[in-house]
Amino acid sequence: MTNFNHHELLIATMARLLDGTRHIAVGVSSPIPASAALLTRHQSNGATRVSILGDPSNTFWSDGGKELFDCAAQGRIDAFFFSGGQIDGAGNINLVGIGDYPRSTVRFGGSYGSAFLYYMIPRIILFRPDHDPRVLVPKVDFISAAGTSPPGVWRRGGPYALVTGKAVFHFDSNEGRFTLQSVHPGETLPDIQATTGFAFDVAPDLSETESPDAATLSLIRGRVGREIAATYPKFARESLGIAA
Amino acid sequence: MTTWTTVDEVASMIPDGSALALIRDGCGVAMSATRALIRRRVRDLRLVNVPTGGIQTDLLIGAGCVAELETSGVSLGEYGPAGRFAQAVTSGALTPKEATCPAIHAGLQAAEKGAPFLPLRGILGSDILRFRPDWRVINNPLNDTAEDPVVVIPAITPDIALFHCAMADDAGNVWVGRERDLITMAHAARQTLVTVERLYPGNLFDDPALAAGTLSSFYVTAVAPAAEGCKPLGFTGHYGEDEDALRAYAKASRGNAEFATYLAAYATAPAAV
Repeated sequence: MTNFNHHELLIATMARLLDGTRHIAVGVSSPIPASAALLTRHQSNGATRVSILGDPSNTFWSDGGKELFDCAAQGRIDAFFFSGGQIDGAGNINLVGIGDYPRSTVRFGGSYGSAFLYYMIPRIILFRPDHDPRVLVPKVDFISAAGTSPPGVWRRGGPYALVTGKAVFHFDSNEGRFTLQSVHPGETLPDIQATTGFAFDVAPDLSETESPDAATLSLIRGRVGREIAATYPKFARESLGIAA
Repeated sequence: MTTWTTVDEVASMIPDGSALALIRDGCGVAMSATRALIRRRVRDLRLVNVPTGGIQTDLLIGAGCVAELETSGVSLGEYGPAGRFAQAVTSGALTPKEATCPAIHAGLQAAEKGAPFLPLRGILGSDILRFRPDWRVINNPLNDTAEDPVVVIPAITPDIALFHCAMADDAGNVWVGRERDLITMAHAARQTLVTVERLYPGNLFDDPALAAGTLSSFYVTAVAPAAEGCKPLGFTGHYGEDEDALRAYAKASRGNAEFATYLAAYATAPAAV
Protein backbone atom coordinates (compact mmCIF):
# COMPACT_ATOMS: atom_id res chain seq x y z
CA MET A 1 0.00 0.00 0.00
CA THR A 2 1.45 3.31 -1.10
CA ASN A 3 0.98 6.39 1.05
CA PHE A 4 -0.83 9.32 -0.53
CA ASN A 5 -2.44 12.48 0.74
CA HIS A 6 -6.00 13.72 0.32
CA HIS A 7 -5.19 16.09 -2.54
CA GLU A 8 -3.40 13.34 -4.45
CA LEU A 9 -6.47 11.12 -4.05
CA LEU A 10 -8.74 13.87 -5.41
CA ILE A 11 -6.42 14.56 -8.36
CA ALA A 12 -6.22 10.88 -9.32
CA THR A 13 -9.99 10.44 -8.86
CA MET A 14 -10.87 13.37 -11.10
CA ALA A 15 -8.35 12.25 -13.71
CA ARG A 16 -10.23 8.93 -13.98
CA LEU A 17 -13.41 10.91 -14.72
CA LEU A 18 -11.58 12.79 -17.48
CA ASP A 19 -10.26 9.69 -19.22
CA GLY A 20 -10.83 9.73 -22.99
CA THR A 21 -11.49 13.47 -23.33
CA ARG A 22 -9.82 15.38 -26.18
CA HIS A 23 -9.81 18.85 -24.65
CA ILE A 24 -10.20 19.84 -20.99
CA ALA A 25 -10.51 23.48 -19.97
CA VAL A 26 -9.91 24.62 -16.39
CA GLY A 27 -11.04 27.91 -14.85
CA VAL A 28 -9.10 30.17 -12.52
CA SER A 29 -8.36 29.42 -8.84
CA SER A 30 -8.57 25.65 -9.43
CA PRO A 31 -5.30 23.95 -8.52
CA ILE A 32 -6.76 20.47 -7.92
CA PRO A 33 -8.84 20.37 -11.14
CA ALA A 34 -5.88 21.79 -13.10
CA SER A 35 -3.62 19.07 -11.65
CA ALA A 36 -6.18 16.41 -12.59
CA ALA A 37 -6.32 17.76 -16.14
CA LEU A 38 -2.53 17.75 -16.45
CA LEU A 39 -2.42 14.19 -15.06
CA THR A 40 -4.95 13.14 -17.70
CA ARG A 41 -2.77 14.72 -20.38
CA HIS A 42 0.26 12.71 -19.26
CA GLN A 43 -1.70 9.49 -18.87
CA SER A 44 -2.99 9.94 -22.44
CA ASN A 45 0.55 10.54 -23.70
CA GLY A 46 -0.46 14.01 -24.77
CA ALA A 47 -3.60 13.00 -26.69
CA THR A 48 -5.70 15.13 -24.31
CA ARG A 49 -5.23 18.87 -24.72
CA VAL A 50 -5.48 20.99 -21.59
CA SER A 51 -6.29 24.71 -21.43
CA ILE A 52 -5.79 26.43 -18.09
CA LEU A 53 -7.23 29.93 -17.78
CA GLY A 54 -4.68 32.37 -16.45
CA ASP A 55 -1.69 30.24 -17.50
CA PRO A 56 -0.33 31.66 -20.79
CA SER A 57 1.82 28.54 -21.37
CA ASN A 58 -1.32 26.36 -21.26
CA THR A 59 -3.73 28.39 -23.38
CA PHE A 60 -3.82 28.73 -27.14
CA TRP A 61 -6.49 31.44 -27.28
CA SER A 62 -5.69 34.57 -29.25
CA ASP A 63 -9.17 36.00 -29.76
CA GLY A 64 -9.94 37.36 -26.31
CA GLY A 65 -12.03 35.99 -23.48
CA LYS A 66 -14.89 35.19 -25.83
CA GLU A 67 -12.88 32.43 -27.54
CA LEU A 68 -13.34 30.00 -24.62
CA PHE A 69 -17.11 30.36 -24.93
CA ASP A 70 -17.07 30.12 -28.70
CA CYS A 71 -14.96 26.93 -28.44
CA ALA A 72 -17.43 25.45 -25.96
CA ALA A 73 -20.40 26.45 -28.09
CA GLN A 74 -18.94 24.56 -31.04
CA GLY A 75 -18.28 21.41 -29.05
CA ARG A 76 -14.50 21.90 -28.98
CA ILE A 77 -14.30 21.46 -25.19
CA ASP A 78 -15.15 18.09 -23.63
CA ALA A 79 -14.67 18.73 -19.93
CA PHE A 80 -14.74 21.61 -17.47
CA PHE A 81 -15.10 22.11 -13.71
CA PHE A 82 -17.49 24.12 -11.59
CA SER A 83 -17.77 24.57 -7.89
CA GLY A 84 -20.95 25.98 -6.45
CA GLY A 85 -21.87 27.99 -3.39
CA GLN A 86 -24.82 25.62 -3.37
CA ILE A 87 -25.37 22.42 -5.37
CA ASP A 88 -28.70 20.62 -5.23
CA GLY A 89 -29.79 17.06 -5.92
CA ALA A 90 -31.11 18.00 -9.37
CA GLY A 91 -27.66 19.19 -10.42
CA ASN A 92 -28.57 22.89 -10.24
CA ILE A 93 -25.72 25.15 -9.14
CA ASN A 94 -25.85 28.51 -7.38
CA LEU A 95 -22.90 30.87 -7.69
CA VAL A 96 -24.90 34.01 -6.83
CA GLY A 97 -25.96 34.04 -3.19
CA ILE A 98 -27.79 32.54 -0.24
CA GLY A 99 -31.29 33.68 0.67
CA ASP A 100 -34.24 35.08 -1.22
CA TYR A 101 -32.69 36.71 -4.31
CA PRO A 102 -32.22 39.63 -4.88
CA ARG A 103 -32.09 40.18 -1.11
CA SER A 104 -29.34 37.63 -0.59
CA THR A 105 -27.98 37.40 2.94
CA VAL A 106 -24.69 36.05 1.62
CA ARG A 107 -23.46 37.13 -1.78
CA PHE A 108 -21.07 35.08 -3.90
CA GLY A 109 -19.27 36.44 -6.96
CA GLY A 110 -21.83 35.69 -9.66
CA SER A 111 -22.78 33.11 -12.24
CA TYR A 112 -19.70 33.70 -14.44
CA GLY A 113 -19.82 31.45 -17.52
CA SER A 114 -21.87 28.71 -15.87
CA ALA A 115 -25.23 29.63 -17.41
CA PHE A 116 -23.69 28.91 -20.79
CA LEU A 117 -20.91 26.37 -20.33
CA TYR A 118 -23.15 24.03 -18.28
CA TYR A 119 -25.23 23.49 -21.41
CA MET A 120 -22.32 23.20 -23.85
CA ILE A 121 -19.67 20.96 -22.28
CA PRO A 122 -20.48 17.25 -21.93
CA ARG A 123 -18.42 16.40 -18.88
CA ILE A 124 -18.86 19.07 -16.25
CA ILE A 125 -17.28 17.92 -13.00
CA LEU A 126 -18.63 19.61 -9.90
CA PHE A 127 -15.93 19.84 -7.28
CA ARG A 128 -16.31 20.80 -3.63
CA PRO A 129 -13.51 19.71 -1.29
CA ASP A 130 -15.75 20.38 1.71
CA HIS A 131 -18.69 17.98 1.87
CA ASP A 132 -21.19 20.06 3.79
CA PRO A 133 -25.02 19.95 4.01
CA ARG A 134 -25.04 23.77 3.75
CA VAL A 135 -23.50 23.39 0.30
CA LEU A 136 -25.17 20.17 -0.86
CA VAL A 137 -28.73 21.40 -0.39
CA PRO A 138 -32.20 20.07 -1.33
CA LYS A 139 -32.83 23.10 -3.55
CA VAL A 140 -30.52 25.97 -4.48
CA ASP A 141 -31.65 29.52 -3.62
CA PHE A 142 -30.71 30.78 -7.10
CA ILE A 143 -30.21 28.69 -10.22
CA SER A 144 -27.10 30.04 -11.93
CA ALA A 145 -27.18 27.04 -14.26
CA ALA A 146 -29.82 24.32 -14.41
CA GLY A 147 -28.83 20.67 -14.03
CA THR A 148 -31.23 19.43 -16.70
CA SER A 149 -33.45 20.92 -19.39
CA PRO A 150 -36.92 19.94 -20.57
CA PRO A 151 -37.26 18.06 -23.87
CA GLY A 152 -37.03 20.39 -26.85
CA VAL A 153 -34.38 22.61 -25.33
CA TRP A 154 -31.11 22.29 -27.21
CA ARG A 155 -28.44 20.98 -24.89
CA ARG A 156 -25.12 19.20 -25.35
CA GLY A 157 -23.63 19.35 -21.88
CA GLY A 158 -24.23 19.29 -18.18
CA PRO A 159 -23.18 17.82 -14.88
CA TYR A 160 -21.33 14.52 -15.21
CA ALA A 161 -20.05 13.87 -11.70
CA LEU A 162 -19.73 15.49 -8.29
CA VAL A 163 -16.47 15.00 -6.44
CA THR A 164 -16.25 16.07 -2.81
CA GLY A 165 -13.75 15.53 -0.04
CA LYS A 166 -15.72 12.45 0.99
CA ALA A 167 -17.15 10.79 -2.11
CA VAL A 168 -17.82 10.56 -5.84
CA PHE A 169 -21.35 10.87 -7.26
CA HIS A 170 -22.31 10.31 -10.88
CA PHE A 171 -25.14 12.37 -12.38
CA ASP A 172 -27.90 10.82 -14.46
CA SER A 173 -29.28 13.54 -16.74
CA ASN A 174 -32.37 11.47 -17.60
CA GLU A 175 -33.31 11.02 -13.97
CA GLY A 176 -31.92 14.39 -12.90
CA ARG A 177 -30.37 12.77 -9.83
CA PHE A 178 -27.01 11.93 -8.34
CA THR A 179 -25.92 8.36 -7.58
CA LEU A 180 -23.27 7.75 -4.96
CA GLN A 181 -20.58 5.74 -6.74
CA SER A 182 -17.71 5.53 -4.27
CA VAL A 183 -16.71 6.75 -0.85
CA HIS A 184 -13.16 7.89 -0.16
CA PRO A 185 -10.99 5.74 2.13
CA GLY A 186 -12.03 6.23 5.75
CA GLU A 187 -15.54 7.55 4.90
CA THR A 188 -18.79 5.65 5.46
CA LEU A 189 -22.20 5.63 3.79
CA PRO A 190 -24.04 6.75 6.96
CA ASP A 191 -21.70 9.72 7.29
CA ILE A 192 -22.20 10.68 3.63
CA GLN A 193 -25.97 10.42 4.14
CA ALA A 194 -25.77 12.62 7.22
CA THR A 195 -23.70 15.31 5.56
CA THR A 196 -25.48 15.47 2.20
CA GLY A 197 -28.48 17.78 2.19
CA PHE A 198 -30.10 16.31 -0.90
CA ALA A 199 -31.53 12.86 -1.61
CA PHE A 200 -29.43 10.61 -3.82
CA ASP A 201 -29.32 7.05 -5.09
CA VAL A 202 -26.66 4.56 -4.05
CA ALA A 203 -24.96 2.48 -6.73
CA PRO A 204 -25.51 -1.27 -6.30
CA ASP A 205 -21.76 -1.67 -6.70
CA LEU A 206 -20.88 1.13 -4.25
CA SER A 207 -17.17 0.87 -3.60
CA GLU A 208 -14.29 2.60 -1.94
CA THR A 209 -12.73 5.29 -4.14
CA GLU A 210 -9.76 3.70 -5.87
CA SER A 211 -6.41 4.68 -4.39
CA PRO A 212 -3.83 6.12 -6.77
CA ASP A 213 -1.21 3.56 -7.79
CA ALA A 214 2.53 4.12 -7.66
CA ALA A 215 2.84 5.19 -11.30
CA THR A 216 0.05 7.76 -10.89
CA LEU A 217 1.58 9.14 -7.70
CA SER A 218 4.93 9.40 -9.35
CA LEU A 219 3.40 11.45 -12.19
CA ILE A 220 1.52 13.69 -9.75
CA ARG A 221 4.65 14.31 -7.67
CA GLY A 222 6.83 14.69 -10.75
CA ARG A 223 5.76 16.20 -14.04
CA VAL A 224 2.28 17.32 -12.94
CA GLY A 225 3.67 18.93 -9.81
CA ARG A 226 6.38 20.80 -11.69
CA GLU A 227 3.89 22.05 -14.28
CA ILE A 228 1.26 23.13 -11.77
CA ALA A 229 3.92 24.97 -9.76
CA ALA A 230 4.14 27.56 -12.54
CA THR A 231 0.58 28.72 -11.79
CA TYR A 232 0.08 27.49 -8.22
CA PRO A 233 3.48 27.48 -6.48
CA LYS A 234 2.03 27.41 -2.96
CA PHE A 235 -0.26 24.47 -3.78
CA ALA A 236 2.55 22.53 -5.48
CA ARG A 237 4.84 23.06 -2.49
CA GLU A 238 2.37 22.32 0.28
CA SER A 239 0.24 19.59 -1.34
CA LEU A 240 2.58 17.83 -3.75
CA GLY A 241 5.95 18.43 -2.14
CA ILE A 242 7.40 20.32 -5.11
CA ALA A 243 10.27 22.59 -4.11
CA ALA A 244 9.89 26.14 -5.39
CA MET B 1 -7.58 62.48 -34.24
CA THR B 2 -6.85 61.15 -30.83
CA THR B 3 -5.90 63.57 -28.08
CA TRP B 4 -2.84 62.85 -25.94
CA THR B 5 -3.61 63.94 -22.43
CA THR B 6 -3.17 63.10 -18.72
CA VAL B 7 -4.77 60.51 -16.48
CA ASP B 8 -6.69 63.21 -14.59
CA GLU B 9 -7.92 64.63 -17.86
CA VAL B 10 -9.10 61.15 -18.89
CA ALA B 11 -11.06 60.91 -15.64
CA SER B 12 -12.65 64.30 -16.31
CA MET B 13 -13.86 63.02 -19.71
CA ILE B 14 -16.09 60.46 -17.98
CA PRO B 15 -19.25 62.35 -16.97
CA ASP B 16 -21.38 61.38 -14.00
CA GLY B 17 -23.98 58.84 -15.07
CA SER B 18 -21.88 57.35 -17.89
CA ALA B 19 -22.32 53.75 -18.99
CA LEU B 20 -18.71 52.66 -18.59
CA ALA B 21 -17.29 49.39 -19.93
CA LEU B 22 -14.39 47.92 -17.92
CA ILE B 23 -12.20 44.92 -18.78
CA ARG B 24 -11.57 41.94 -16.50
CA ASP B 25 -8.51 41.56 -14.29
CA GLY B 26 -5.18 40.86 -15.94
CA CYS B 27 -6.18 42.14 -19.39
CA GLY B 28 -5.59 45.87 -18.96
CA VAL B 29 -7.55 47.26 -16.01
CA ALA B 30 -6.97 51.03 -15.93
CA MET B 31 -6.31 51.39 -12.20
CA SER B 32 -4.49 54.75 -12.36
CA ALA B 33 -7.46 56.22 -14.19
CA THR B 34 -9.82 54.59 -11.69
CA ARG B 35 -8.06 56.31 -8.85
CA ALA B 36 -8.34 59.61 -10.72
CA LEU B 37 -12.08 58.96 -11.15
CA ILE B 38 -12.46 58.42 -7.42
CA ARG B 39 -10.45 61.58 -6.72
CA ARG B 40 -12.77 63.59 -8.91
CA ARG B 41 -15.73 62.05 -7.05
CA VAL B 42 -17.50 60.71 -10.10
CA ARG B 43 -21.10 59.65 -9.37
CA ASP B 44 -23.83 57.38 -10.75
CA LEU B 45 -21.66 55.34 -13.09
CA ARG B 46 -23.40 52.48 -14.86
CA LEU B 47 -20.66 49.88 -15.02
CA VAL B 48 -20.51 47.09 -17.57
CA ASN B 49 -17.99 44.43 -16.56
CA VAL B 50 -16.37 42.77 -19.58
CA PRO B 51 -17.32 40.23 -18.50
CA THR B 52 -16.28 40.20 -14.81
CA GLY B 53 -15.00 42.63 -12.21
CA GLY B 54 -12.43 42.74 -9.45
CA ILE B 55 -10.78 45.39 -7.30
CA GLN B 56 -11.61 48.18 -9.78
CA THR B 57 -15.36 47.55 -9.62
CA ASP B 58 -15.26 46.92 -5.88
CA LEU B 59 -13.39 50.19 -5.24
CA LEU B 60 -15.78 52.22 -7.36
CA ILE B 61 -18.76 50.70 -5.54
CA GLY B 62 -17.18 51.33 -2.15
CA ALA B 63 -16.36 54.93 -3.07
CA GLY B 64 -20.00 55.60 -3.89
CA CYS B 65 -19.43 56.07 -7.63
CA VAL B 66 -21.77 53.37 -8.95
CA ALA B 67 -25.50 53.50 -9.64
CA GLU B 68 -25.77 50.34 -11.76
CA LEU B 69 -23.64 47.30 -12.44
CA GLU B 70 -23.99 44.70 -15.15
CA THR B 71 -21.69 41.79 -14.37
CA SER B 72 -21.12 38.05 -14.67
CA GLY B 73 -19.27 38.07 -11.38
CA VAL B 74 -17.17 40.22 -9.06
CA SER B 75 -14.41 38.75 -6.94
CA LEU B 76 -10.85 39.43 -5.85
CA GLY B 77 -9.73 36.08 -7.26
CA GLU B 78 -7.08 34.44 -5.08
CA TYR B 79 -7.68 37.15 -2.46
CA GLY B 80 -11.27 36.14 -1.85
CA PRO B 81 -14.67 37.83 -2.01
CA ALA B 82 -15.04 41.45 -3.13
CA GLY B 83 -16.19 42.97 0.14
CA ARG B 84 -17.73 46.26 -1.01
CA PHE B 85 -19.67 44.53 -3.78
CA ALA B 86 -21.03 41.94 -1.34
CA GLN B 87 -21.88 44.63 1.21
CA ALA B 88 -23.67 46.78 -1.36
CA VAL B 89 -25.71 43.84 -2.63
CA THR B 90 -26.66 42.33 0.73
CA SER B 91 -27.61 45.76 2.12
CA GLY B 92 -29.89 46.36 -0.85
CA ALA B 93 -27.96 49.42 -2.00
CA LEU B 94 -27.08 47.77 -5.33
CA THR B 95 -28.97 45.15 -7.33
CA PRO B 96 -26.67 44.00 -10.10
CA LYS B 97 -27.92 43.18 -13.55
CA GLU B 98 -26.89 39.53 -13.39
CA ALA B 99 -25.29 38.20 -16.55
CA THR B 100 -23.17 35.33 -17.79
CA CYS B 101 -19.81 35.93 -19.47
CA PRO B 102 -20.65 35.02 -23.08
CA ALA B 103 -23.82 37.14 -22.94
CA ILE B 104 -21.79 40.26 -22.21
CA HIS B 105 -19.43 39.40 -25.06
CA ALA B 106 -22.48 38.82 -27.30
CA GLY B 107 -24.07 42.13 -26.29
CA LEU B 108 -20.91 44.03 -27.21
CA GLN B 109 -20.57 42.09 -30.44
CA ALA B 110 -24.16 42.95 -31.35
CA ALA B 111 -23.35 46.62 -30.74
CA GLU B 112 -20.25 46.53 -32.92
CA LYS B 113 -22.35 45.03 -35.72
CA GLY B 114 -25.05 47.63 -35.25
CA ALA B 115 -27.44 44.72 -34.70
CA PRO B 116 -30.26 44.87 -32.13
CA PHE B 117 -29.30 41.55 -30.49
CA LEU B 118 -27.38 38.31 -30.81
CA PRO B 119 -28.88 34.91 -30.04
CA LEU B 120 -27.17 32.48 -27.65
CA ARG B 121 -27.80 28.84 -26.85
CA GLY B 122 -27.76 27.74 -23.22
CA ILE B 123 -28.98 29.96 -20.33
CA LEU B 124 -32.56 28.58 -20.51
CA GLY B 125 -33.53 27.40 -17.04
CA SER B 126 -31.16 29.80 -15.29
CA ASP B 127 -32.74 32.24 -12.81
CA ILE B 128 -30.70 34.95 -14.53
CA LEU B 129 -33.44 35.04 -17.17
CA ARG B 130 -36.12 35.72 -14.54
CA PHE B 131 -34.31 38.86 -13.46
CA ARG B 132 -33.34 40.10 -16.91
CA PRO B 133 -36.57 41.21 -18.59
CA ASP B 134 -34.42 42.76 -21.32
CA TRP B 135 -33.18 39.29 -22.29
CA ARG B 136 -35.87 37.56 -24.29
CA VAL B 137 -36.58 34.04 -25.40
CA ILE B 138 -37.69 33.59 -29.00
CA ASN B 139 -38.25 30.53 -31.10
CA ASN B 140 -35.44 29.90 -33.56
CA PRO B 141 -36.95 31.55 -36.66
CA LEU B 142 -34.92 29.24 -38.93
CA ASN B 143 -36.37 26.07 -37.41
CA ASP B 144 -39.63 25.28 -39.22
CA THR B 145 -40.07 21.81 -37.79
CA ALA B 146 -39.83 22.06 -34.02
CA GLU B 147 -40.05 24.31 -31.00
CA ASP B 148 -36.51 25.57 -30.48
CA PRO B 149 -36.26 28.31 -27.85
CA VAL B 150 -33.22 30.59 -28.02
CA VAL B 151 -32.19 33.47 -25.77
CA VAL B 152 -31.53 36.82 -27.41
CA ILE B 153 -29.14 39.27 -25.79
CA PRO B 154 -29.70 42.95 -26.59
CA ALA B 155 -26.82 45.03 -27.88
CA ILE B 156 -24.70 46.67 -25.18
CA THR B 157 -23.56 50.13 -26.24
CA PRO B 158 -21.45 51.69 -23.49
CA ASP B 159 -20.97 55.44 -23.49
CA ILE B 160 -17.29 54.91 -22.80
CA ALA B 161 -14.82 52.02 -22.82
CA LEU B 162 -11.87 52.54 -20.46
CA PHE B 163 -8.78 50.34 -20.43
CA HIS B 164 -5.02 50.23 -20.13
CA CYS B 165 -2.63 48.77 -22.70
CA ALA B 166 1.04 48.49 -23.48
CA MET B 167 1.63 51.30 -25.92
CA ALA B 168 0.22 53.93 -28.21
CA ASP B 169 1.84 55.87 -31.02
CA ASP B 170 1.83 59.61 -31.70
CA ALA B 171 -1.23 59.28 -33.91
CA GLY B 172 -3.18 57.65 -31.08
CA ASN B 173 -3.26 54.10 -32.43
CA VAL B 174 -3.05 51.73 -29.45
CA TRP B 175 -1.51 48.27 -29.32
CA VAL B 176 -3.67 45.75 -27.44
CA GLY B 177 -1.83 42.60 -28.57
CA ARG B 178 -3.90 39.47 -28.05
CA GLU B 179 -6.37 41.17 -25.68
CA ARG B 180 -8.99 41.21 -28.42
CA ASP B 181 -11.86 41.95 -26.01
CA LEU B 182 -10.48 45.49 -25.80
CA ILE B 183 -11.10 45.88 -29.51
CA THR B 184 -14.67 44.62 -29.17
CA MET B 185 -15.25 47.05 -26.29
CA ALA B 186 -13.91 49.96 -28.31
CA HIS B 187 -15.99 49.05 -31.36
CA ALA B 188 -19.13 48.83 -29.23
CA ALA B 189 -18.64 51.99 -27.17
CA ARG B 190 -19.37 55.53 -28.28
CA GLN B 191 -16.00 56.70 -26.98
CA THR B 192 -12.83 54.95 -25.86
CA LEU B 193 -10.34 56.24 -23.33
CA VAL B 194 -7.00 54.50 -22.97
CA THR B 195 -4.04 54.71 -20.63
CA VAL B 196 -0.72 53.23 -21.79
CA GLU B 197 2.55 52.05 -20.34
CA ARG B 198 4.59 53.96 -22.92
CA LEU B 199 4.73 55.82 -26.21
CA TYR B 200 5.65 53.78 -29.30
CA PRO B 201 8.05 55.66 -31.56
CA GLY B 202 6.68 55.65 -35.12
CA ASN B 203 3.38 54.31 -36.42
CA LEU B 204 2.08 50.97 -35.12
CA PHE B 205 0.53 50.14 -38.48
CA ASP B 206 3.95 50.30 -40.21
CA ASP B 207 5.01 47.02 -38.55
CA PRO B 208 2.79 44.15 -39.80
CA ALA B 209 3.49 42.10 -36.67
CA LEU B 210 2.18 44.92 -34.48
CA ALA B 211 -0.57 46.05 -36.84
CA ALA B 212 -2.57 42.85 -36.22
CA GLY B 213 -2.89 43.76 -32.52
CA THR B 214 -3.49 47.46 -33.04
CA LEU B 215 -6.72 49.36 -32.48
CA SER B 216 -6.93 52.38 -34.78
CA SER B 217 -7.04 55.91 -33.40
CA PHE B 218 -10.33 56.10 -35.32
CA TYR B 219 -11.96 54.56 -32.25
CA VAL B 220 -9.82 56.25 -29.60
CA THR B 221 -10.95 59.53 -28.06
CA ALA B 222 -7.96 60.13 -25.81
CA VAL B 223 -4.77 58.45 -24.62
CA ALA B 224 -2.81 59.19 -21.48
CA PRO B 225 0.54 57.80 -20.35
CA ALA B 226 0.36 55.83 -17.08
CA ALA B 227 3.38 53.68 -16.29
CA GLU B 228 2.33 50.64 -14.27
CA GLY B 229 -1.22 51.80 -14.87
CA CYS B 230 -2.74 48.47 -13.76
CA LYS B 231 -1.05 48.32 -10.36
CA PRO B 232 -1.77 46.87 -7.86
CA LEU B 233 -3.18 44.42 -10.41
CA GLY B 234 -0.77 42.70 -12.71
CA PHE B 235 -0.59 43.21 -16.46
CA THR B 236 -0.03 39.95 -18.34
CA GLY B 237 3.35 39.97 -20.04
CA HIS B 238 4.46 43.18 -18.31
CA TYR B 239 4.38 42.96 -14.52
CA GLY B 240 2.93 40.80 -11.80
CA GLU B 241 0.40 41.85 -9.23
CA ASP B 242 1.35 43.54 -5.96
CA GLU B 243 0.31 40.73 -3.62
CA ASP B 244 0.70 42.71 -0.40
CA ALA B 245 -1.38 45.59 -1.74
CA LEU B 246 -4.12 43.25 -2.98
CA ARG B 247 -4.20 41.37 0.31
CA ALA B 248 -4.48 44.68 2.17
CA TYR B 249 -7.29 45.76 -0.13
CA ALA B 250 -9.18 42.50 0.29
CA LYS B 251 -9.06 42.91 4.06
CA ALA B 252 -10.10 46.57 3.95
CA SER B 253 -12.98 45.80 1.59
CA ARG B 254 -14.68 43.62 4.19
CA GLY B 255 -15.39 46.28 6.83
CA ASN B 256 -17.08 49.68 6.53
CA ALA B 257 -14.63 51.48 8.81
CA GLU B 258 -11.59 49.70 7.38
CA PHE B 259 -12.66 50.60 3.88
CA ALA B 260 -13.22 54.26 4.76
CA THR B 261 -9.67 54.46 6.10
CA TYR B 262 -8.29 52.71 3.04
CA LEU B 263 -10.21 54.93 0.66
CA ALA B 264 -9.08 58.15 2.31
CA ALA B 265 -5.44 57.11 1.98
CA TYR B 266 -5.88 55.69 -1.52
CA ALA B 267 -7.74 58.62 -2.98
CA THR B 268 -5.41 61.25 -1.60
CA ALA B 269 -2.12 59.48 -2.31
CA PRO B 270 -0.17 61.15 -5.11
CA ALA B 271 -0.96 59.69 -8.53
CA ALA B 272 1.61 57.27 -9.89
CA VAL B 273 2.50 58.39 -13.42
